Amino acid sequence: MYDFSSLTEAIHKGLSAHMSPVATQAIEWVIIGVTVILFVALFGLFLVYAERKVCAFFQNRLGPMRVGPWGLLQTIADFIKLLMKELIQPAKADKFLYNLAPFIVIIVPFLTISVIPFAKGLQAFDFDIGVFFVTSVSAVGVIGVLLAGWSSNNKYSLIGAMRSGAQIVSYELSVGLSIITIAILAGSLQVSQIVEGQQATWFIFKGHIPAVIAFFVFVIAGTAETNRGPFDLAEAESELTAGFHTEYSGIKFAFFFLAEYVNLFIVAAIATTVFLGAWMPFHFGHFEGFNRIMDFIPPIFWFFGKVLAVIFLIMWFKWTFPRLRIDQILALEWKFLLPINLVNILIMAFIVLKGWHF
Amino acid sequence: MTTPDEIKTQEYLINMGPQHPSTHGVLRLLLKLEGEIVHNVEPHIGYIHSGIEKMCESLAYPQIVHLTDRMDYLSAHMNNEAVCLCVENAMGIEVPDRVRYIRTIMAELQRLASHQLWWCVMGMDLGALTTFFYGLRDREKVLDIFEETCGARLTVNYSVPGGVMFDIHPNFQKRVKDFIIYFKKKLPEYDQLLTGNVIFKERTKNIGILSLEDAISYGVTGPSGRASGFACDVRKHHPYSAYPLVQFNEALDTAGDTFARYRVRITEMWESLSIIEQLIDNIPGGDYAIKMKGVIKLPEGEFYQRVEAARGEFGVFIISDGKKNPYRLKFRSPGFSNLSALNVIAKGWKIADLVAIMSTLDLVIPDIDR
Repeated sequence: MYDFSSLTEAIHKGLSAHMSPVATQAIEWVIIGVTVILFVALFGLFLVYAERKVCAFFQNRLGPMRVGPWGLLQTIADFIKLLMKELIQPAKADKFLYNLAPFIVIIVPFLTISVIPFAKGLQAFDFDIGVFFVTSVSAVGVIGVLLAGWSSNNKYSLIGAMRSGAQIVSYELSVGLSIITIAILAGSLQVSQIVEGQQATWFIFKGHIPAVIAFFVFVIAGTAETNRGPFDLAEAESELTAGFHTEYSGIKFAFFFLAEYVNLFIVAAIATTVFLGAWMPFHFGHFEGFNRIMDFIPPIFWFFGKVLAVIFLIMWFKWTFPRLRIDQILALEWKFLLPINLVNILIMAFIVLKGWHF
Repeated sequence: MTTPDEIKTQEYLINMGPQHPSTHGVLRLLLKLEGEIVHNVEPHIGYIHSGIEKMCESLAYPQIVHLTDRMDYLSAHMNNEAVCLCVENAMGIEVPDRVRYIRTIMAELQRLASHQLWWCVMGMDLGALTTFFYGLRDREKVLDIFEETCGARLTVNYSVPGGVMFDIHPNFQKRVKDFIIYFKKKLPEYDQLLTGNVIFKERTKNIGILSLEDAISYGVTGPSGRASGFACDVRKHHPYSAYPLVQFNEALDTAGDTFARYRVRITEMWESLSIIEQLIDNIPGGDYAIKMKGVIKLPEGEFYQRVEAARGEFGVFIISDGKKNPYRLKFRSPGFSNLSALNVIAKGWKIADLVAIMSTLDLVIPDIDR
């Protein structure tokens, strides 16, 4: 298996041979920052393209194949269009908050991406509270949404913001609890240890029933947290025209849009890390030959393969389901997912205590 | 300390439309909301006002037909048929059997096209965008048949007083039969996508209930009225054209909720297919129109003719003073009466439900604001 830490070690050694430790550290930070920003921008673009293609195949659409071969230039054209649009601001909007909101929304994915293990040794920060960090940081995004809705001076935006406030705060619980279920199984909150714990089998198999339940709860709650269909109540274009970002145009709108897609990636990446073994290849019992073959596939491909599979799952139900109503969505969380989750944690704790897992 | 009773939330007004994605055209609804709960819906119409009735009064009878399809462009053929039938009845003309068959088949195809569009928009209003494309894909097949028959796709302009404009295209019967086979495979797909969906049922069952009394007193006809148990199918109770010759069931439901209105329309699509099936192989020979004089003059008097349009009962009322244009002409359009019941149905529900209710009323704005 290719270990990215050899690459990072080489960079670190090369840099520290020529300059002081402080300068080395500073340059390393810049490298990491630029990489993360580039990754977010490019992967965001790719996800927009992927979503267009997936929905085109679901809906017999012909649109996304006009610009470039297979419509490959479509997202680039979109991006240029969004960049060139005039930035409009409502006359009585709260100017400071109105302009601040898109940045708050976009900051969250950058923070969360720092703890995601892309491949062996390819992880920006490895906290001992990594998973806890992810859940707490991802809750910041809702502030941006609320600010955007409130400061736009538009009643539709306000309804959208209030809805998403209620929704994201509620589903945050389920996301957190389903991750904690696995943290119990892993015995650690540190991302690298959670990944190492899945050396033999991924947690979704290791923890069998409770882990599978937790996985489904996580995917549902994660979808709701990223405001995607069928839980896209904050947007709800048929009810609220565009919800909290009605009054945003051009690149500011693109920020919300990009944040949504990167959040989608993050949900998929966390699901992959926690349940599907991150970059760990698929190992099956003591079939050494089979396991050896699986090891030949580089970890980074394993990671992105799993992430894209989860992303496809989330896109799949977005493009087939109607939208729920706000009270139904909250009832689903408080009456079903949360109790299921709490019981699930107890079961998982019991199983770990008794050692009934694989 | 404030008790929950003392906490008063503020009612506020919101304009839904005239350029809102789910008001289907330029309808403006003035909503009085408390939070998300709808307290009052006040429809404001008059943005599209085309003055069709007034224009008709200065036009000769064959010319009127060319305006009526612009009103409810989704049941264009039925509207034209109503005017033609009214003129024919007033003059005491019997049209050939061939015309009656062709008109009925066209009317049912038009109903299918209308319900297909309604179905896809219904899904879209509930956030399931996929239905939009599936419905349009199937509607395209019907529009192709229209195009081949009379050259028009949307504002089908086929009926003229005394018959139809041209004879049917040689391919007509084959294409219609092909379409029936095709659409019978696709209709179950509609059920899979929406009808059986848990979220869809949650969103529509027991929501926006219209009682039988309200349906009758507001004159809610068509599928929206029949979902409340109001047996009002003009095809069944006052048969015209070839409807006395075919066997079909009036799609009825008693629940009166959004889901019932949805189910009634799905059932109607099956019934329409069966009506077309019964007629398509038996179109009798003969003339496709009878010779009419260049200038049609109606005898003095009052004439009324109703047909079952896609949205409900469409009526044409003509007062004639014996000249070549009507002295007074009035349309009874189904959309107007259906919209008038919106406040009764939607009061107390949430905005999201209002959108669902509005789609099941299947409003077409030029039909409301003539």
